[in-house]
Amino acid sequence: MTSKLRLTIAAALMAAFSTVALAQSFSALRGSTPLNEETTPPPLTPEMNTSVREPRSYPEQPPVIPHSIEGYEVSRRANKCLSCHARTRIQESQAPMISVTHFFDRDGQTLASVSPRRYFCTECHVPQHNVRPPVENDFVDIDTLLKVKGPDSGARR
Amino acid sequence: MTTDDARRPSFWRRFLGFAREIWGVMRRPSAIFSLGVLVLSGFVAGIIFWGGFNTALELTNTEAFCVSCHEMRDNVFQELKTTVHYTNRSGVRARCPDCHVPHNWTDKIARKMQASKEVWGKIFGTINTREKFLDHRLILAEHEWARMKANDSLECRNCHSAESMDITRQSPRAAEAHQRFLFTGEKTCIDCHKGIAHHLPDMSNVPGWQ
Repeated sequence: MTSKLRLTIAAALMAAFSTVALAQSFSALRGSTPLNEETTPPPLTPEMNTSVREPRSYPEQPPVIPHSIEGYEVSRRANKCLSCHARTRIQESQAPMISVTHFFDRDGQTLASVSPRRYFCTECHVPQHNVRPPVENDFVDIDTLLKVKGPDSGARR
Repeated sequence: MTTDDARRPSFWRRFLGFAREIWGVMRRPSAIFSLGVLVLSGFVAGIIFWGGFNTALELTNTEAFCVSCHEMRDNVFQELKTTVHYTNRSGVRARCPDCHVPHNWTDKIARKMQASKEVWGKIFGTINTREKFLDHRLILAEHEWARMKANDSLECRNCHSAESMDITRQSPRAAEAHQRFLFTGEKTCIDCHKGIAHHLPDMSNVPGWQ
């Protein structure tokens, strides 16, 4: 009887604490607005449309799209991106060709054209908006990291 | 009864007699109405018939008429609603006939005569389900691409003319493409701008697509 009671109290306490913890940790994007109220969404900004390539933060980063893709259809039937970025289309469009890694299937076999698993471009490549990120990003790229002088950096060089 | 029927002339003989009578009335000058009355009444009747014809024609040239069929309302019209040609910052809207019916009168009549095929399709339910519509989508789209290719994208150019296009206000990508292909006449609007108002069909065998 006593062990059962103790267990119930422990469970109730844990539930209470975890709700508090959840409420605090998942409030980042919606701010301090309670869950039962609607937030005012931030104003929409237009897609950046400079056509100038953005730098990559690390070598494997999928390049971001430096132009607007509003209304571009990427579906099972049609892929608007490939009408410029496909191997056979770049002469006319002068757009960068999709990388050769997109031709590999998951067994490493090279296919004649884009592998189905790499077909839906916007799964990795995204257009850019001029916004202040709601969550701070403290990513440091490798070149910056190598330049940071450690306590024994003088001795090594 | 039977004797009456036997004496009565056949239908065709009676019809011929009636036609001859009408022809006689038509070719003799009127004995009752003056020439002025005849000319004026002909003029008024002409206005009524011509006006009625054009009004009926314009009635078939409205968005409300197009979406009165579920084939249009449930498929292509829903897709149009999500695009820039339906809602945009300046509030200009391109409706169905703006792109699909020529504005010039003779071309419009030619297109309307072609549309009798669409009435046939409506009566026999060629695309009366979503599946049938999707099966026909490539054929339907190819008809429109061929029409716009043949008339140098006339319906686009009713609003978008190359002369009034300020490429310095365009993105570098658009400005370059328009200079290379549109201004040189190498391509016409529809060559690149397919599927801007509706979803695309299966493009795997369309040139310029993958």
